[in-house]
Amino acid sequence: MKKTFSIGGVHPDDKKISAGCAIEVLPTPKTVYISMAQHLGGPAKAVVAAGDKVKTGQVIGEPTGFISAFVHSSVTGTVKSVGLYKDLAGIPVVHVEIETEPDEWADGIDTTDTLVTEIPQDKNFIVDRIKSNGVVGLGGATFPTNVKLCPPPDKKADILILNGAECEPYLTSDYRIMIEKSRQIVVGAALMKRVLGVNHVVIGIEENKPEAISKMKEAVASLASSSSDYSGIEVVALKKKYPQGGEKQLIDAITRRQVKSMGLPIDVGAVVQNVATSLAVYDAVQKNKPLIDNTVTVTGECFPKQSNLLVRVGTPLSYIIDYLGGVPENAAKAVSGGPMMGKAIANLDAATLKGTSSVLFLTEEQTRRKPETNCIRCGKCAEACPMGLEPFLLNKLARNGMMDELEQNAVQDCIECGCCLYSCPANIPLLDTIRIAKGEVIRIIRSRTAPKK
Amino acid sequence: MTTTIIWTIVAITVLGVLLAVVLYLVATKFKVEEDPRIDEVEKVMPGANCGGCGFAGCRAFAQSCVESANLDNNFCPVGGNEVMKKVAAVLGLEVKEKAPMVAVVRCNGTCANRPAVNDYDGLKSCKVKAALYSGDTGCFYGCLGCGDCVAACQFGAISMDPETGLPVVDEEKCTACGACVKACPKKIIELRNKGPKGRRVFVSCVNMEKGAVARKACSAACIGCGKCAKECPFGAITVEHNVAYIDFNKCKLCRKCVAVCPTGAIHDINFPTPAPKQEKTASKPAAGKPAEAGKPLPVKPAEEASQTTDKKEE
Repeated sequence: MKKTFSIGGVHPDDKKISAGCAIEVLPTPKTVYISMAQHLGGPAKAVVAAGDKVKTGQVIGEPTGFISAFVHSSVTGTVKSVGLYKDLAGIPVVHVEIETEPDEWADGIDTTDTLVTEIPQDKNFIVDRIKSNGVVGLGGATFPTNVKLCPPPDKKADILILNGAECEPYLTSDYRIMIEKSRQIVVGAALMKRVLGVNHVVIGIEENKPEAISKMKEAVASLASSSSDYSGIEVVALKKKYPQGGEKQLIDAITRRQVKSMGLPIDVGAVVQNVATSLAVYDAVQKNKPLIDNTVTVTGECFPKQSNLLVRVGTPLSYIIDYLGGVPENAAKAVSGGPMMGKAIANLDAATLKGTSSVLFLTEEQTRRKPETNCIRCGKCAEACPMGLEPFLLNKLARNGMMDELEQNAVQDCIECGCCLYSCPANIPLLDTIRIAKGEVIRIIRSRTAPKK
Repeated sequence: MTTTIIWTIVAITVLGVLLAVVLYLVATKFKVEEDPRIDEVEKVMPGANCGGCGFAGCRAFAQSCVESANLDNNFCPVGGNEVMKKVAAVLGLEVKEKAPMVAVVRCNGTCANRPAVNDYDGLKSCKVKAALYSGDTGCFYGCLGCGDCVAACQFGAISMDPETGLPVVDEEKCTACGACVKACPKKIIELRNKGPKGRRVFVSCVNMEKGAVARKACSAACIGCGKCAKECPFGAITVEHNVAYIDFNKCKLCRKCVAVCPTGAIHDINFPTPAPKQEKTASKPAAGKPAEAGKPLPVKPAEEASQTTDKKEE
């Protein structure tokens, strides 16, 4: 019996139709727009001005606070402007616009393909490289990786979990890197293992990706035989269930430990990193290469050319789509990310970010919401909720603005996975109301616990 | 049989008298001392409990009035000066008259001026929509049209105009309590001076985008050109972040700004005669004024213009 998380979850059709497409390098566009807000926390401060010449991999944005990250130029060229440009939700964010020229890499970056398997002894060296190369979590939340790898001194991790679940339907970018860059991912895992000082690393992959599981097992076995740095790394096949890629769900599935309400994984001694983050850590530490490109799946049944592309950060989405033949006629909605948690794209001129994992096209039939009807108290949402919440109740409370009751019913634990919305037979927009209420309740909790001025 | 009934009546009466005495003693012993004037003030309040004054309800407001030395910091926006005068009379205090206010929707992104660029299919709530993205038009700053302000208004003073997709404030019903101002996630609604005879001039746009971008998204947008600020003889207009703002305390309603505005973003409301800029208004395709539903006051200049021409033709 394969492992999975204990409560809730749904089984959407996985539709990994782009799984067979090898990663292709997308040509660099003429102009890139690099956002200064590509990570959780304070947006970076642009340190270049219009007219500056930048090289590929040069720092163009510096962190502004503890939770923030460096931003690097993904191309060589001239800065045309630094100013507001609309992101994929149409919201103006500071971007650096760069007109590209042929690549000229910044000093100190190893651009060869040779696999470097030797793990540096110095922990601080690894963390510094991760920080200075702007690595952020690529599982969705884009939390700065160096912060996550340095837990407060009173908390100790004993297990590192690599998330290769990729439980969202359609997405195949993690799957492709696990097949094509499995060794680099394992080296990245060993680097993070050294930083955390843990002996046990588990790479969790869902059973619907047998090829990735065998490739990763092979990479672990061959590296483990070469050096003791690679001992204690194990690949575990997980049962297919959404949202297995959720941090708390994955910890539950692999270790059976439960993270408490408002708690962090480190409270139960676990650190979770995505496989794509592990690859970025490898590049950052062993090659000194900043996080300037990532794998993006472009897919959808209505899209003629399924692809997995290696895209430079800041490439306009419209450029990617035009490269693959333009927006299909019957596409009604474009989504960045998976169909369950992804964000609808309101602006196709927006540029990719470090955390962009896919562009998904859905047809009217697949995406149009059906009219909302009354709640029939069937309890399907409560059954589907992987956090053990009662979405039907939270929805009622949220619509009436009952903040105290919302907090008592743990709305702050919602992970916004969308299982409730997916399972509701009455088509009630549960997540829409709950997400807003969650934000407000968390703000109330923070203002209460914050030190008084 | 009769004796039982009599005894029962006697027993109940005695018990009742005894309990009444106990209750009386308890009530005098634990009596809460309260200023009787609070009740008196509460009587003259409108009793809407809307919270527009900043207190939890009319009684809390009354209590605050009684406790404070003057009424400078207390004002009931619903009752306005009349109620405040009554409150002052009860308490024997002075009250400064405040100019009546009204909620003003500062967006003219009608369906015609501001075409939709995408289709929103989520929950019909401005709060939810604003948290998700910029809205279904090219303007990030403008009205989202889901009617959170309509739901927030306790006085039924706001309604959505199905034709323009924008909220319309009924001046007669609006009490300037500010509930809609708080409910609007885009901060479009502002409380402004109602003005003499309801006449007022305001910039009906909050788009902070550069002129060209703003204009591309909405033909009635303020492009921040600054013509109005130069024209204004009273220095009432400031242009900041590519959008003009008229200070209603300085504005003398001369309407010179309305005449020079190239996009028709500045609106004048309730003026009786067509403004001198009439011809210009007519040539502006996007200068449509927001229709004020249920407004007893004059016809809008453009309409009036057409009426006069009609008469000429007759």
